[in-house]
Amino acid sequence: MSLDRHSRSLKISIESDSDLLAARQEARAIAFELGFTLTAVVGIVTALSEMTRNMLLYAGRGELLIESVRDGDRNGILITARDDGPGIPDVQKAMMDGYSTSGGLGMGLPGIKRLMDSFEIRTGPEKGTTVIVRKWLETH
Amino acid sequence: MSDHDTSRGKGTAVRAPAAVKRQLPPALDAQLPEVPRDEQTTELLRELVAHLRAQRTQLREEWLRRIVEAHLLTAMSREEIYAEATSIYDQYVEALEAGAFEALQAYAQNLSERIIPRGVETNEVVGIVLLLRDVLARALFIKYHSNLDKLNDILDAYEPAANRIAITVSVGFVQERERVIRAQQEAIRELSTPVLQVRERLLILPIIGLIDPHRARQITEQLLVAIRSNRARVVVIDITGVPVMDTNVANHLVQTVEASRLLGATVIVTGLSPDIAQTLVNIGVDLGKMNTVGDLQGGIEEAEHILGYKVMPMMGEAAES
Amino acid sequence: MEVPILKQGNYLIASIQSALSDSDLAQLRDALVERVGRSRSKGVIIDLTALDILDSFATRTLRDTAHMIRLRGAETVIVGMQPEVAFTMVQLGLSLPEIATALDLEEGLAYLGRKTRNKDKGRVRGGPVEP
Repeated sequence: MSLDRHSRSLKISIESDSDLLAARQEARAIAFELGFTLTAVVGIVTALSEMTRNMLLYAGRGELLIESVRDGDRNGILITARDDGPGIPDVQKAMMDGYSTSGGLGMGLPGIKRLMDSFEIRTGPEKGTTVIVRKWLETH
Repeated sequence: MSDHDTSRGKGTAVRAPAAVKRQLPPALDAQLPEVPRDEQTTELLRELVAHLRAQRTQLREEWLRRIVEAHLLTAMSREEIYAEATSIYDQYVEALEAGAFEALQAYAQNLSERIIPRGVETNEVVGIVLLLRDVLARALFIKYHSNLDKLNDILDAYEPAANRIAITVSVGFVQERERVIRAQQEAIRELSTPVLQVRERLLILPIIGLIDPHRARQITEQLLVAIRSNRARVVVIDITGVPVMDTNVANHLVQTVEASRLLGATVIVTGLSPDIAQTLVNIGVDLGKMNTVGDLQGGIEEAEHILGYKVMPMMGEAAES
Repeated sequence: MEVPILKQGNYLIASIQSALSDSDLAQLRDALVERVGRSRSKGVIIDLTALDILDSFATRTLRDTAHMIRLRGAETVIVGMQPEVAFTMVQLGLSLPEIATALDLEEGLAYLGRKTRNKDKGRVRGGPVEP
């Protein structure tokens, strides 16, 4: 193919506050490299920051995977946040508790979902939590 | 102005970096069946290409004749067709020999960029490429007709390559057309939601027409950038021209108001009909928090009041009464 | 990474750089609150021009900072937020309703000037007339 689209894949171990910062920087760089607009990059990095925060807060540690991804002829970014923590007991409720303006109860999952194009969560009591989000490049 | 502002240009919607605009679609090549080029095929192709190059002038003439006969490329003059035909012929033959379809795809995109503004249609591009394929195939028949085995081998080598060329060029053209159409739609969208600066520090945003989520996001982004580059302190958003207000649009409106405030700008929403006001209340928007005025004129006056403008009587009017 | 805090007359100005960790932000909060108390400032401007993202922690911290500064009798203004950051914040559902905002440093200073002038006017109402 004439235009090289590097396929990117980066795994980051999250154990502390400074790992969170590093993860944001990496995600930012990759998102720009993939051709996302500034607005989209800010959205991606913010979503990643929230996902990573949740891992640190509820599981103490976890793993992030940032990858470039393709589906037919669209390109995008795929971010997976996985931890072996206690899991989310009531996902339904978690998906309802957004940030209120007085704020900030809950994990902000609805917010993360709003920022990205797709959102998946796999979790269960004592089963850890995996959150997978994708954002696609606008084709125009 | 900080570096940040300069990099964003005139303050219109933020775009993807220019470098990626001209991207070729990924994996077009991968979608086409791989043509195994063994040594024999390569040799045969080299041989037939040599012949096609030697016969270049005659075959090109024949091709041009067929193009005119088929009433293709009518939007172009004979000189123009001749010029393009010359380079297409050479690229075609080059692609046959070298199998470098990436180069061909890039060429096709370039060609498309040139001829689309001339009004050339898809059927014409597909048509002329197929005509060239036919003209060249006929030439091969003529050369090798006395040796049917050899002719078969030649065609076995020629046909897959020629078909791939036809597909590459046609698809390249179609994709460029689609890109142009999308760009035009984008331009129309932007034109239909201009952000107007009428006074210093005051922007007016008349929203007209239906708003889908994509357009709504775009409007908000454009407005925020405009607030920054115009240093606006007040924005009047007029929604008189919005026929349908549903939950989504209302949410976008609220988001726009909140985001504008984060940039230090006050938003006044005008053109709220009682129906729309009711919709907003129903979805839980606290209208008390939103600064609303009945009509655009009133909104502008309110904005001027906020900005501290005093309304002066016009010269010559003051004497009346 | 420490955020520099400048004193300009009655006000403090803190300019945030792009990549701040959680502890940097918390440190800024504490430093601002301490300085406000120490220098009896009337207003604080937090300049977000170089801030790359504003997530939930940063939002909460800013809110706490403004709250604590108010307890010390001073006003906070947030300036310079990038359009993309503002846009993302509202999508996330975050906002900073209790904090004043202005476009940039100049506007922020003008705002504080108006606010503190009004405060002073309030105080002298009913008192001796100023010359």
